[in-house]
Amino acid sequence: MSGTDLTRSATGVGGRTDAVVRYVFFACAALSVLTTVGIIVVLLEGSVEFFRTVSVIGFLTGTTWSPLIEPRSYGVLPLVWGTLVITVGSALIAIPVGTATAIYLSEYADPDVRSVVKPVLEILAGIPTIVYGFFALSFITPQIQRVFPETGTFNAAAGAIVVGIMIVPMVSSLSEDAMHAVPDELREGAYGLGATRYEVSTDVVIPAAASGILASYVLALSRAIGETMAVTLAAGMAPQFTTSPLEPIQTMTAYMVQIGISDVSVGSIGYQSLFAVGLTLFLMTLSMNLASMWIRSRYREEYR
Amino acid sequence: MSTTNPFADVSDLDRKRTIGRVFVGLCIASTMVGIVALVTLLADVAYESWGWLSVEFLTYPPSRFPENYLPGGRGAGIYPALVGSVFLIALTALFTVSIGVGAAIYLEEYAPESRLTSLIEANIANLAGVPSIVYGLLGLAVFVRFAGMGQSLLAGALTLTLLILPIVIVAAQESLRAVPDSQREAAYGVGATKWEVIRDVVLPAALPGVMTGTILSLSRAIGETAPILMVGAATSMFVAPDSLLGPFAAMPMQIFDWAKLPQAEFQHVAAAGIVVLLTVLLAMNAVAIYIRYRFEADLS
Repeated sequence: MSGTDLTRSATGVGGRTDAVVRYVFFACAALSVLTTVGIIVVLLEGSVEFFRTVSVIGFLTGTTWSPLIEPRSYGVLPLVWGTLVITVGSALIAIPVGTATAIYLSEYADPDVRSVVKPVLEILAGIPTIVYGFFALSFITPQIQRVFPETGTFNAAAGAIVVGIMIVPMVSSLSEDAMHAVPDELREGAYGLGATRYEVSTDVVIPAAASGILASYVLALSRAIGETMAVTLAAGMAPQFTTSPLEPIQTMTAYMVQIGISDVSVGSIGYQSLFAVGLTLFLMTLSMNLASMWIRSRYREEYR
Repeated sequence: MSTTNPFADVSDLDRKRTIGRVFVGLCIASTMVGIVALVTLLADVAYESWGWLSVEFLTYPPSRFPENYLPGGRGAGIYPALVGSVFLIALTALFTVSIGVGAAIYLEEYAPESRLTSLIEANIANLAGVPSIVYGLLGLAVFVRFAGMGQSLLAGALTLTLLILPIVIVAAQESLRAVPDSQREAAYGVGATKWEVIRDVVLPAALPGVMTGTILSLSRAIGETAPILMVGAATSMFVAPDSLLGPFAAMPMQIFDWAKLPQAEFQHVAAAGIVVLLTVLLAMNAVAIYIRYRFEADLS
């Protein structure tokens, strides 16, 4: 609220209800901070237990992940590799497709077309991820198998493709917002100099909206890293280093699902490993979310 | 390009036009990728579920034998998970509306412009980007273990509440912000206290927006699998959940369970489950859009 606060509570005349109500609402807002603290405490506490048995260095540099089957080994790198394969693969789809979609919607499309296409694409973001997992198994993998018959039921390619489709609307929507915010004076200036529509799009609008576009990429990648059900169903549960997209892999999130659906007893090393992997995942997505916020805040004021 | 006169070189202009056309073509093709993917996905689900969706599917518990799901079989379906999801969402709605609106009121109406306030706001933005499976771990450690709720409906609902709270708070803040200050000032002018202004003026005006935002967030919660999986949603429950602290099944978890079974028939069963889930989602979105439409019509 703007202006001078002339309310009775501000001038000390307010009733007791007012004071109580204020604290109740504050408690609600404080709960969000408590959630963050809770996440950090829970992840750290579980990880500390885990790192009593496994050395931090061994965890971060080990190249074999076999927490449940002898000989046991707790190197997280195969899971990180699996996550990276999915993230990079989905980025290869979502970034070009999402950016080109945003350019079309912002620079070329008729407002009527835009007002239909944008919400339709956003439906993609609202579909539960478990449905994408099913789609990968029942449609995408069979299509890949037609071309490459040696492809397994679970393969990294299908996982990357569905995650890519899933994050397209994130890239296209946020990038389109950024391009839409570029003032028309810049476009008109370029047209006045004889630029074509293509030149205005690529040489004026994209550079001007670069920070917003970049922020949308980082945010979409962060979403791909944390994606769980689609990659569990599509890419499998085989923690391994492979450069072949036709082979199964396991992401960090898929490992957590594997433990979640198995009967691992509380306090066992398998249970504790959940939190160590969870912490790794949380730190990766947190740093990307912060990077995205930083990119946007750094350039936000440029055209206002 | 060395020429200084842009009109001198006609062939250069032609070349530019060609590049421009190819570029638009690529952009339109990219836009079609998303639309075609959506249509293909929906068509695939519809095709796979064809013939496997019946009234019995909605009213019977799951079965280990795929032939039971077929029309004319002994009857098997998604009933406990459907009821479980409805309970889960009703509870989550109760918690998120009260806490989310409370937090939004504090941030919009009370919060001073302090570092604590900006910390809370930045924190909310950050929470929205935390992967849902991490919320599952939080729920597992805090609600299931620490608070001793066990793998219960209540633990699942509280976990989903924390997950969608950031989205609900932001949506509620936007609706509160949209209430014109003149309305608040008019109420203060006739001697209302701050709480009276919020209760009788601001909240009623912001209610449709708050409800729309909440329903949309809940439609995200109903499709979430990872958090309730970590909290321990049951995969094969044969009766509907009947108590807050009892075990529960939920639709996305049940679909996951079917989809990972090796028998090919269960792909059809999973598809039928997805049709039910998407129908519930669609209904929730339709309600949200209807409320928004009604509200906008009232305003103008």
